[in-house]
Amino acid sequence: MAEKKNTFWNAFLNGLLFENPTFVLMVGMCPTLAVTTAASNAIGMGLSTTVVLVCSNLFISLLRNMISDKIRIPAFIVVIASFVTMVEMALKAYLPDLSATLGLYIPLIVVNCIIFARAESFAFKNGPVLALGDGLGMGFGFTLAITILASIREIFGAGTIFGLSIMGEGYKPMSLLTAPAGGFLTLGILLILVNLGRKKVDAWSKARKEAEAV
Amino acid sequence: MQKNLTVTSSPHLRSSRSTKSIMQEVCLALAPAGIAGVVLFGWQALAIILTSVLSCVLSEYFFQRLNHKKILIGDWSAVVTGLLLAYNIPANAPLWIPLIGGIIAIVLVKQLFGGLGGNFMNPALTARAILFVSWSGIMSNYPATRFMTDATTSGTPLVQIAAGENIAIRDLLLGNCGGVLGETCKIAILLGGLYLLIRGIADWRIPVCFIGSAFVCYLIQDGFQVAVLEILSGGLLLGAFFMATDYVTCPMSGSGRVIMGVGCGILLFVIRSYATYIEGCSFAILFMNVMTPLIDRFTAGRLFGEVKTRG
Repeated sequence: MAEKKNTFWNAFLNGLLFENPTFVLMVGMCPTLAVTTAASNAIGMGLSTTVVLVCSNLFISLLRNMISDKIRIPAFIVVIASFVTMVEMALKAYLPDLSATLGLYIPLIVVNCIIFARAESFAFKNGPVLALGDGLGMGFGFTLAITILASIREIFGAGTIFGLSIMGEGYKPMSLLTAPAGGFLTLGILLILVNLGRKKVDAWSKARKEAEAV
Repeated sequence: MQKNLTVTSSPHLRSSRSTKSIMQEVCLALAPAGIAGVVLFGWQALAIILTSVLSCVLSEYFFQRLNHKKILIGDWSAVVTGLLLAYNIPANAPLWIPLIGGIIAIVLVKQLFGGLGGNFMNPALTARAILFVSWSGIMSNYPATRFMTDATTSGTPLVQIAAGENIAIRDLLLGNCGGVLGETCKIAILLGGLYLLIRGIADWRIPVCFIGSAFVCYLIQDGFQVAVLEILSGGLLLGAFFMATDYVTCPMSGSGRVIMGVGCGILLFVIRSYATYIEGCSFAILFMNVMTPLIDRFTAGRLFGEVKTRG
C-alpha cells in the first residue's frame, strides 16, 4: 500500500480493523464494559449503536456545509439523539426483552464516545459515501469487539454461549468474569493479545517492505 | 592503580542478604503453619500446598521463558507466593483451585506488571480474592480438623463468635477450629512471625499496628474477651505477619508502615463487623496495598537541606 486511498472500502476496513473503536481507539468503554455479560446483549447493543452511528454519520456529513462551526456540538447532539430515540422506540416495540436487559444503556448511546468522535473527526470533514463506510466499519468493528469480549465472559463466567450450555455438567463457572471486575480483566487481557498481534503484523509488513526495496 | 579503586554510586552498604536468602527465610518461617495444616487436615493439605507451589513456580518459569526474559525462579519468591496461596485455601478444595490460583497470582498479578517488585497488590492475596469471588462455595466450605469428632464441615470461629457461642482459646491457639489451610494454628503462625521479626525480615510496625488497632476497635465495641477471640480467629495473624509485610506492596517509610498497619486493622474491623463478608483480612490488606503509593507520597522523607515550599 503506497498510499491509502479515500474509498468507501478503505473507510470501512479502517473502522472494522485498523482503527477498531474498542481495541485501538479505546473509545466507548462504558457500554463495552457494562453490557458484555452475555453475547446476545453485546450483539444487540452493537447493532443498535451501528444503526445510530451510520444514520448520524450520513446526516451529519450531508448537513456539514449548513452547520456553523460554532454550534456543531449541539447540532450533533440533536441529530444523534433523534436517531437514538427512534432506535429506543423500535426496540421497545419489537424486541422488548432485549430492551429490558439493555435498559439505560440504549438512551446512553446519545453520549457514546464512538458516535461523537466519528461525527467530529470524520463525518464533519468527509462526504456522505465515505461517512457511510466509516459508520458501517466503526459500527461493525464495535459489534465484533464487544461480541468477542462478551462471548469470552459468558463462556467462562457462566458456561453458556447465547444462553446455550456448552461447558458440560462438571464445569464450575468462574463467576467473577460476569461481575464488573471480570469485564476490566477480560478487556485488559484481550488488549494485550491485540497489541501483541499488531506488533507482529507491523514487524512483518516492515520486513516485507524492506525485502521489496532490495 | 585503577584496579585498586572501584567507582560505584551509592548505596555502599554491603550485606550478605539477597532476595533468595530472604525468601528462603520466609519459607522457613512459613513452615510451622504448613506442618500444622497437614497435621490438622491430613494429606489433602499437603497435596494443595504442593500443587500451589508447583503451579506458581512453573507459571513463572514458562512466562519468563515465553517472553525471553531472564528466568528468575531461583529467587524463591514464587515459592513464597505458592505457600501463601495454599494457606488461604480450604484443605478440602479440589486441586484445580490452587492450580488456577497459582497461574492467576504469578501471570496476572505479578508478571504482567513487570515481575517481582512491579506488582501493586500481593499476588497470593489477589489470587485468593479472585478465587473467593469466583467459586465462593468451594472457598468458604471449611473442613473439620481431624481432631473434631462430631463434624464433617465447620464454620469459622468468626461465625461462632457472631452467634455468641463459647470457644476455647486453647482450640484457637492449637488450630482445632474451622478455617483455611494455614490460618488455624495460631501458635505456628506466631512462631514463624516472631522469627521474621527477630531476624529483621519483616518490619515490626505493620503487624503490631495491624493487630493493635484491630484489638482496640474490638475493645471499644465488644469488650476484652471478644477482642481476644477475634484477634485469634480467622486470617488476621497470618495476614498481619506474612501478607501485609510483603516488601513490594507496603510503604517504604516507617511512618508509612504505621499508617498501613492501622489502616489494615481498622478496615478489618469494619469489614468483619459491618459488611456482608465474614472475614475481611484479605480485602483490608488488598485495599491498603492499593493505597501504598499514596502513603509513600505523603510520607516521603526530605533530602538534606531541602526547604518545604508550601507550608
